[in-house]
Amino acid sequence: METQAFQKIHTKINEITKATISLNASGVGNEEIALVNGRLAQVVKIIGNEVTLQVYGGTEGIPTDAEVIFFGRSANLKVGDELSGRFFNAYGEPIDGGPEVEGEEIEVGGPTVNPVRRLQPSEFIPTGIAGIDLNNALVTGQKIPFFADPDQPYNQVMSMVALRAQADKIILGGMGLTNDDYLYYKNVFDNAGALDRIISFVNTTEDPSVERLLVPDMCLSTAEHFAVEKNQKVLVLLTDMTLFADALSIVSNRMDQIPSKDSMPGSLYSDLARIYEKAVQFPEGGSITIVAVTTLSGGDITHAIPDNTGYITEGQLFLRHDTDVGKVIVDPFRSLSRLKQLVIGKKTREDHPQVMNAAIRLFADASNAKTKLENGFDLTEYDRRTLEFAKDYSEKLLAIDVNIEVDEMLDTAWRLFNKHFKRTEVSVKKDLVDKYWPNDSEE
Amino acid sequence: MSKKDNVTKGKITGIIANLVMVEADGPVQQNEICYIVQEDSRLMSEVIKVMGTTAYIQVFESTRGLKVGDIVEFAGHMLEVNLGPGILSRNYDGLQNDLDRMEGIFLERGSQTDALDHEKKYDFKPIAKKDDTVIAGDWLGEVTENWLPHKIMVPFKFKGKFTVKSVAEEGEYTIDDTMAVLLDEDGKEIEVTMVQQWPVKVPIKNYREKPRPFKMLETGIRIIDTLNPIGEGGTGFIPGPFGSGKTVLQHALSKQAEADMIIMAACGERANEVVEIFTEFPELEDPRTGRKLMERTTIIANTSNMPVAAREASVYTAMTIAEYYRAMGLKILLLADSTSRWAQALREMSNRMEELPGPDAYPMDLTAIISMFYSRAGYVYLNNGETGSITFIGTVSPAGGNLKEPVTEATKKAARSFYALSQDRADSKRYPAVDPIDSYSKYLEYPEMVDYLKQNIGDKWPAHVQLLKDALLRGREASEQINILGDDGVPVDYHITFWKSEVMDFVVLQQDAFDEIDAQTSIERQKYMLEKVIDIYNTNFNFEHFEEVNEYFKRVIDQLRQMNYTEFKSDQFHQFEKDLEQIIEERKA
Repeated sequence: METQAFQKIHTKINEITKATISLNASGVGNEEIALVNGRLAQVVKIIGNEVTLQVYGGTEGIPTDAEVIFFGRSANLKVGDELSGRFFNAYGEPIDGGPEVEGEEIEVGGPTVNPVRRLQPSEFIPTGIAGIDLNNALVTGQKIPFFADPDQPYNQVMSMVALRAQADKIILGGMGLTNDDYLYYKNVFDNAGALDRIISFVNTTEDPSVERLLVPDMCLSTAEHFAVEKNQKVLVLLTDMTLFADALSIVSNRMDQIPSKDSMPGSLYSDLARIYEKAVQFPEGGSITIVAVTTLSGGDITHAIPDNTGYITEGQLFLRHDTDVGKVIVDPFRSLSRLKQLVIGKKTREDHPQVMNAAIRLFADASNAKTKLENGFDLTEYDRRTLEFAKDYSEKLLAIDVNIEVDEMLDTAWRLFNKHFKRTEVSVKKDLVDKYWPNDSEE
Repeated sequence: MSKKDNVTKGKITGIIANLVMVEADGPVQQNEICYIVQEDSRLMSEVIKVMGTTAYIQVFESTRGLKVGDIVEFAGHMLEVNLGPGILSRNYDGLQNDLDRMEGIFLERGSQTDALDHEKKYDFKPIAKKDDTVIAGDWLGEVTENWLPHKIMVPFKFKGKFTVKSVAEEGEYTIDDTMAVLLDEDGKEIEVTMVQQWPVKVPIKNYREKPRPFKMLETGIRIIDTLNPIGEGGTGFIPGPFGSGKTVLQHALSKQAEADMIIMAACGERANEVVEIFTEFPELEDPRTGRKLMERTTIIANTSNMPVAAREASVYTAMTIAEYYRAMGLKILLLADSTSRWAQALREMSNRMEELPGPDAYPMDLTAIISMFYSRAGYVYLNNGETGSITFIGTVSPAGGNLKEPVTEATKKAARSFYALSQDRADSKRYPAVDPIDSYSKYLEYPEMVDYLKQNIGDKWPAHVQLLKDALLRGREASEQINILGDDGVPVDYHITFWKSEVMDFVVLQQDAFDEIDAQTSIERQKYMLEKVIDIYNTNFNFEHFEEVNEYFKRVIDQLRQMNYTEFKSDQFHQFEKDLEQIIEERKA
């Protein structure tokens, strides 16, 4: 960001806190951006001629005679096809050693979509992961987070979704990624040769934490550009939204706001909704779908961050380590995609809803059998078969390393039904059983 | 409307998010509307506090780019809505802008559209005659809006008595035509059109009397109608953690409830849920009239990503529209999803004004604000003896599913019926997941309501409902005992008690909102099925072993559920009933 000749330079700061500075200036607009000794800052409060700026890079080392240059506009970003395959920081500056991007300048954090101009989401986004596609199908225009404990491999799953999801553009927003995870993503994307459709905005733990507040807006403004101007299907991946919310609480704390539940700002719901509600299906075919990660502490989903998220998003996905097969699976009980009904059996094969429910029901029977076993009760012959089924089901379908088409997932499920159960035991509509039950000779 | 010769103007002196401080050059009223003048737009705002000559205003739009010194013009009135024919079937935002008329995909800042259609002609029929004496709220004539007789009334703001000088003849008129000329007590002529304005935060009280609700509002949802009915003109609320089915329940209410008009305030919730209504309601049929559901519905949409300050306005806008239609003698159902988001909007603002916070940082007067709002619902006798009603049901989204949080607590004090959604019931797929034991309806305690139920449903109905509740409670106690002592650690009777309550749970309480027949149950059918399960409850059964009980009652339940899924009193229905009788005979003592 270049300084221009006519811009007035202020050099007298009245007040410095850990995240903000205040100075006297006139003619400054709300949410205008500025540079404070070269660090990006945004106007968050104006009282009379005293302007308070939030300094994204933190205020360490800012002197009271720092140079403050106002830009006379809010934050913007250059977008274009050249963004593809590139890695940027929270300000939209390249961090991959490549050149600056030339392109159309757009405003970051623009207006919201008129609800009557939205379409009801109806397009299926296959990811190849059966725990998602089979049981919790994602739909364009949906927003859904993984609720994961910090030790779970959610970044691996996200990178798999990025590589496999059938979308025109994939935008990764990394917030508080460790440098190792950043390099992991970069490496995975490079090796897969999928870079031509992936754009990344990354804030790592080495960067100031307040900077990550910019990441979702950067990602979603870019997404809007491609979805509206080019009618593309855009998938936005945000990890980790808990660290984003933590940064919000830091800023609100520095601004002396009264915290509400779990030390979070009272506006947390609105702040998160503003981001997640950017997910949309446009009538012209473009769409924005958001898959996020919200890390939990000790699996507690009543904490303000997952709780508010749950009220906003259309379902949630849980990962679990299945000790019986030694693999990470997408938990079929706690995960829920609220929009799956719009596509399963409609955009996918007719037997999808029934197969999905039957398999989960049998998996639930297995889990009851397991409880029986643990409590020292005898198992029936049926119980034993469900346990065998559960192992196969976990390994061949729920495990996150499975990568197959939906039809194949359904066929696999039928094969497992056939292997472990009688036709009458799966309680699927008779006409579907007749049509899809595999011939025994094939087994 | 306070008339001012000089419009008060002001200049911005401070900005914190959507709270703006304005130095005013003249008188300013609390809750007055004002506009921040920008190059290409005017941003609507509302005065929420005045200190000396500084007005604190909340801006209903993004405040990006506003500067100290920007001009503000005060409107001289509070936030008002336009009331007239053409509100039905519209999709408004929280400030009554017609969303369908907004240009472009995005809601551009400062864009405002007319709430009503000024071109459209309506067929007018006079009701009042020359020389009639009328007061505010009296009916002068009527037009047909969709299918509904829309009364043209003496504007609610008119004070005192008026004499009708003339009423327009039958014919076609636009809403801005003069429909009547009135003479006030000084003989001054006043023209009345089809449109009037009213400030949303002031209740419309042009009725003679507001009795306690004494009729029930049929919703077709058994766990409400049978177990804890809501009174017509009553209030209710539905708290529940995410994923417990709040929105499905509200949508079911909006589709089926026995009301003339449904107003839905989508307040701070998911946009895709509103889109579902936009998509489905113009297609779905109103089972009572055969018309499309959209024809009796008005939606006020302020989804969670729309400006927070307008979220608060949206529920008031919805309530004011409801009061307007109630004054026409109509039965209105007002639904707000979710009132917690509205309370959160209050909290954000209170926080920015640096007010001392109450519990969980909500403003101290939260309880008062919520009860004031709920009190605007009610069943009323109009001045001409006709009746109208607003039944209000709000959802609450308690943080962390904890029903002790401030919004739930405050609402509990204001609303008379309580439908607690339970995570446990939702997890075990017992929908609607309303907890039958924690939920209540205070209306069942009203003697006039009990009389109404006896007269309109049956003499034994209230006693049967009580029996149902007792049986459910006994069933829960039995199940707790079984869980503690083990299946064979308790007498077989415990299992029978538990399973009899399960019959009631599965057959009366649980209902499939997505099944064409089961989704809506008439009161006649509810009565029939309740008597059926009570007969079973009162039957003595013979069992040797607890395992028999479990298996046997599963068959009973399955048979009764098949009945629920078939057309009432059809051949098939009676066949299932016959089969059921045989099953009962098998074990009858």
